[in-house]
Amino acid sequence: MIEGAKWRRWVYFYIPLGAFVFWLLFPFYWMLVTSVRPDRELYRPWMAPNYTPFWTAHPTLVHIIDLLTETLFTRWMLNTLFIAIASTVISLFCGIFAGYALSRLKFPFAGSLGTGIFITYLVPQTLLFIPLADIVRNFQLGDTPWALILTYPTFLIPFCTWLLMGYFKAIPRELEECARIDGATRWKAMMYIIIPIAVPGILSAGIFAFTLSWNEFIYALVFLSSAEQKTVSVGVTSELVRGDVFYWGQLMAGALLGSIPVAFIYSFFVEHYVAGITGSVKG
Amino acid sequence: MAISEAVGQRAFVQAPRRGAFTRLIEDERWLAVVLLLPTVVLLGMFIAYPFVQGVLLAITDTKVGIPGRFVGVQNFIALWDDSIFRIAVWNTFVYTAVATVFKLGLGLWLALLLNRNFRGKAFTRAFILLPFIIPTVLSTFAWKWMFDPTFSVINWTLFQLGLIHGRINWLGDPDLALISVIIVNVWRGVPFFAISLLAGLQTINPELQEAAAIDGARAWQRFWHVTWPLLLPVTMVVVLFSVIQTFADFQLVYVLTGGGPANATQLFATYAYQIGVGTGLLSEGAAISLAMFPFLLFVVVVQLLYIRRVEVH
Repeated sequence: MIEGAKWRRWVYFYIPLGAFVFWLLFPFYWMLVTSVRPDRELYRPWMAPNYTPFWTAHPTLVHIIDLLTETLFTRWMLNTLFIAIASTVISLFCGIFAGYALSRLKFPFAGSLGTGIFITYLVPQTLLFIPLADIVRNFQLGDTPWALILTYPTFLIPFCTWLLMGYFKAIPRELEECARIDGATRWKAMMYIIIPIAVPGILSAGIFAFTLSWNEFIYALVFLSSAEQKTVSVGVTSELVRGDVFYWGQLMAGALLGSIPVAFIYSFFVEHYVAGITGSVKG
Repeated sequence: MAISEAVGQRAFVQAPRRGAFTRLIEDERWLAVVLLLPTVVLLGMFIAYPFVQGVLLAITDTKVGIPGRFVGVQNFIALWDDSIFRIAVWNTFVYTAVATVFKLGLGLWLALLLNRNFRGKAFTRAFILLPFIIPTVLSTFAWKWMFDPTFSVINWTLFQLGLIHGRINWLGDPDLALISVIIVNVWRGVPFFAISLLAGLQTINPELQEAAAIDGARAWQRFWHVTWPLLLPVTMVVVLFSVIQTFADFQLVYVLTGGGPANATQLFATYAYQIGVGTGLLSEGAAISLAMFPFLLFVVVVQLLYIRRVEVH
């Protein structure tokens, strides 16, 4: 694509791309290096002559071990996992049905209902967190995982519905009609013909929903109060900072380990994930 | 169509053992009702109801544990006179505008770079998405540590390059704090822009580029007159999405500065949290949150109109 001398390729392509990659990935490297750095090296000011930012001379696992044994970190991980899986399952269940209905059935108010769901897709969590905290408390859900499992679908369902509508629309009508000619009910045609074809879309929506609920912060911060109930993001934020003291080694270890499940799933389903992102903005 | 339906009906008549419910959902409209019911119930209970509740809360003077009395729009009048609220409004608009411009510019640049063929392309694309998928709060802690005035690797680097002589207090200096927060927001948002715009770029037929090149258009002209107009629909949607998310942002600022120093990074959401949850003034907190609504509504309406227009064409 780039014509001319070799230096042009460097100036217009390799150097900018390299700079982007460095900038986008450096914080993760920093997380990794910090989490294995002993306090002696960790708290050495940058003006000190022996400050070695990019390497750790004597790597240690002490922060990670402390995190796993002296804090509730493993508990937070399990909480987050349970909440993310449960809310993803609920959202997929609702999203598949709603997406199917909105894209393939004719009924009154289909258009305005679709628009309504699209609008809820755009409602940020910070708009409603105060009244919602009140409602969660009134439903006796405060400080339980169900407070999050039932509220996360409010932003996951619209997303799943929207994404899956695209997949369902692309399936030819004839397939369903053939099944109905052979005597299948509408329900069976949906369950055994249409939904199986949309599995790649369902997978994309599920992975995306899982990461979104793993990432969520403000609801988890406001609805949960006891340390044993917290999710990773909230636990790390509130329990590893005691008073004004930041336990940086543990914090970075927590950030690293807390990211692993998401990164792990992501690494297996990159293509589905990218399809989820591009599908979500296709409109 | 007519034949297939007739045949379908006959098959239906021949299978009398189906239950009443199965027969009911044979009707397209009833099936739609059944399928949409769970979604409508959940969204109604946890979006529509809280919204109404939020409005009711905002027009009373409820505090934690104390039921409120009706006070009309008094909370909003009080906000108008609240100097911190004004700072938060100003900060939110600056934060949204500056961050969005940079995310779009850098994201587009990165998308154009990734749209070339090179070795390790899939690999690079997978890795640059990391800032977007890793939990924001957790990656923000890495930034907070990098911004620490005493231990900052950024300061060290700038010092070694001879660009600074003293230490820079990235998050503690009121003039710098908002910039630092914006840098992190841009860092997190660029991959999303890049990947979405890359998907848009890949739908553009390369023959158009070639035709323009044969006609003598230079690289810049080809971008401006061929690529950009075709990319505009995707760009619009991505920008509007991002504007909503950035405008209502909370977690980044909460972790980095908590709204400080001296409210220099206070946004709508952080201020609402501080008043509503921190201080327990539920009504005032709800009013601050709801004050975001007009702008959000405006963006949503623009987005809906734009999508409709694109669909018509």
